[in-house]
Amino acid sequence: MISLIAFNNVSKHYQMGDTLVKAADDISMEINPGEFVAIVGRSGSGKSTCMNIIGCLDVPTSGEYILKGENVGALNKNELAEIRNKMLGFIFQQYNLLPKLTVLENVEVPLMYAGLSKADRRKKAIEALDMVQLSDKLTNMPNQLSGGQQQRVSIARALAGDPAIILADEPTGALDSKTSRDVLGLLQELHKDGHTIVLITHDNSIAVTAERIIRLEDGYVIYDGPADAPEAMVISHHVLEGGAQS
Amino acid sequence: MKISESIHQALQNIVSSKLRAFLTMLGIIIGIAAVMVIVGFGNGMENYMKESFQSMGTDTLTVSINGRGSSRSVSEDDMYKLVDDNSEYLDQISPTVSVSGTVKIGTETLDSTTATGVNEEYAIIKDYGISDGRTLQYLDMVNRRRVCVIGAYIAQEYFANNAVGQEIRIGGQKFTIVGVLSQQVTEMEEGGNDDMILLPYTTASRVLSSGDINSYTVKLTSENYVTEGEDAITNALYQVFESEDAYNVTSMSEMLEKMTSMTNMIVLIMACIAGISLLVGGIGIMNIMLVSVTERTREIGIRKALGAKERYIMTQFVIESAVISALGGLIGIGTGYGLSAIATQVVASLLDTSMVIVPSIISVLIAFGISAAIGVLFGYLPAKRASRLNPIDALRYE
Repeated sequence: MISLIAFNNVSKHYQMGDTLVKAADDISMEINPGEFVAIVGRSGSGKSTCMNIIGCLDVPTSGEYILKGENVGALNKNELAEIRNKMLGFIFQQYNLLPKLTVLENVEVPLMYAGLSKADRRKKAIEALDMVQLSDKLTNMPNQLSGGQQQRVSIARALAGDPAIILADEPTGALDSKTSRDVLGLLQELHKDGHTIVLITHDNSIAVTAERIIRLEDGYVIYDGPADAPEAMVISHHVLEGGAQS
Repeated sequence: MKISESIHQALQNIVSSKLRAFLTMLGIIIGIAAVMVIVGFGNGMENYMKESFQSMGTDTLTVSINGRGSSRSVSEDDMYKLVDDNSEYLDQISPTVSVSGTVKIGTETLDSTTATGVNEEYAIIKDYGISDGRTLQYLDMVNRRRVCVIGAYIAQEYFANNAVGQEIRIGGQKFTIVGVLSQQVTEMEEGGNDDMILLPYTTASRVLSSGDINSYTVKLTSENYVTEGEDAITNALYQVFESEDAYNVTSMSEMLEKMTSMTNMIVLIMACIAGISLLVGGIGIMNIMLVSVTERTREIGIRKALGAKERYIMTQFVIESAVISALGGLIGIGTGYGLSAIATQVVASLLDTSMVIVPSIISVLIAFGISAAIGVLFGYLPAKRASRLNPIDALRYE
């Protein structure tokens, strides 16, 4: 099987003052179509950098990122925008809905950038909102909805364009535990339907929702394997040592 | 993404912050309205002048002779001959002797009345009709009779339209009224075209003036011969005086042109000054758009993450700025029309003239075009800034 996402020795280094920050260091991994992968790590572990690179919001300083056979590092800003639009569905921690647009219009935004006609846009957006059970809220403004509902709108927005990958960045970070379970359940359903899902989180209890965990630490991959293996939950050694001392 | 959708989005944004949008537009509104009223004033003035000049006749020339020493002079017979010699272009001629003496009827002094000494052809040149009595005749000239023809205003105001046979005193001399000119303008007023007296030029020059006749009114055979007629007279007079300073030939159409170009110049300068407020308005739009870009950094980040290309973000902001500006332009045009109507009323009540202030359609179109162009021009920089935002930073922006 050809992998959907392939990181070949991807590094992201940048200069901050006098120090060279290695946000991602020599990361290699592959994600296949239909997988549900959680990228886990504490803040500073490089998971946000990974997410930005996977999401084509950023390009690596060295190494290759191959997305569905295409080397993303070689693309210009417009081509990256097009890939984000066609291949990726983003779900953010803060929902990131546009406050001045209705629920329906929010879901239509990526379809508009994809150049769909107004009628097609409407049809697809309503389908997506139907899937997250919000088809009765089409004309509501985002601030009239609860946090869980808003997150479901953003999931619908991510789904509407039928992307190859759904990229969820701490999707439950702003939700209570019950709505968190609902949202995660929704992600699992999408996975069952055949969607490829990449979940970025710092929270082990959320990461176990996925089938596979990639754990990052200081810009390195320290674990890559099934979520139900006992090693999956092991945080790096020096953290354990630090924890034992305190 | 279509332009119509961008415009729709822009309108949504404008409606969601009406007060800010209005205040942003204010500079453009004031600028456009001011330019329109000023141009309207110019048009009104030009039309007004055209009308007044046309009533004086655009097919006439005025010749004034300043003379050169005592050896060279031109008599009225020379002038008559000059007209006869050039009958192809020149039709009729009349001396015009302005009379400076006071005009009195009984004990009343008529300060604003103009009295002019002319010949029997003057009424024909000026196309004056007679409503009562007779015109001045050739014999009046020859005999230097003390007779006169008066304008309808005097007849109505002082003689209850029964003026023929009555007497009038000009410069202390008694004149008998032999005729009344027909009314020339619908609303007669003091000092207007109907407040005048015509008397034989011979009488005027002997009795009331220094004796020299130095001004003539010449009627052309056609309006189209202004230049030819002018040249004929100029050449003839140059042969006598051999100096261009000794005489002056002006046509009404030429004077009209001069006055028009003068008012146009003034209007242009004033419109430019008003146009500065358009510039200021444009800078105001740019300022608000820059603020708007900062405020909407997160929105821009979201849109970029969802696949908006730089070009889309750019278009969105430029169109928003252009729509604000064009909307301001439309309101400004409405305001300009309103103010022009008010100004027309004010001028009519203050100055007693019927000057109509109309902004020309072209100035309206230009105003609208300029306002939209200002929006695009001053929206470009903020839009460029918005489109260049890095999506990662923009998404993180609080």
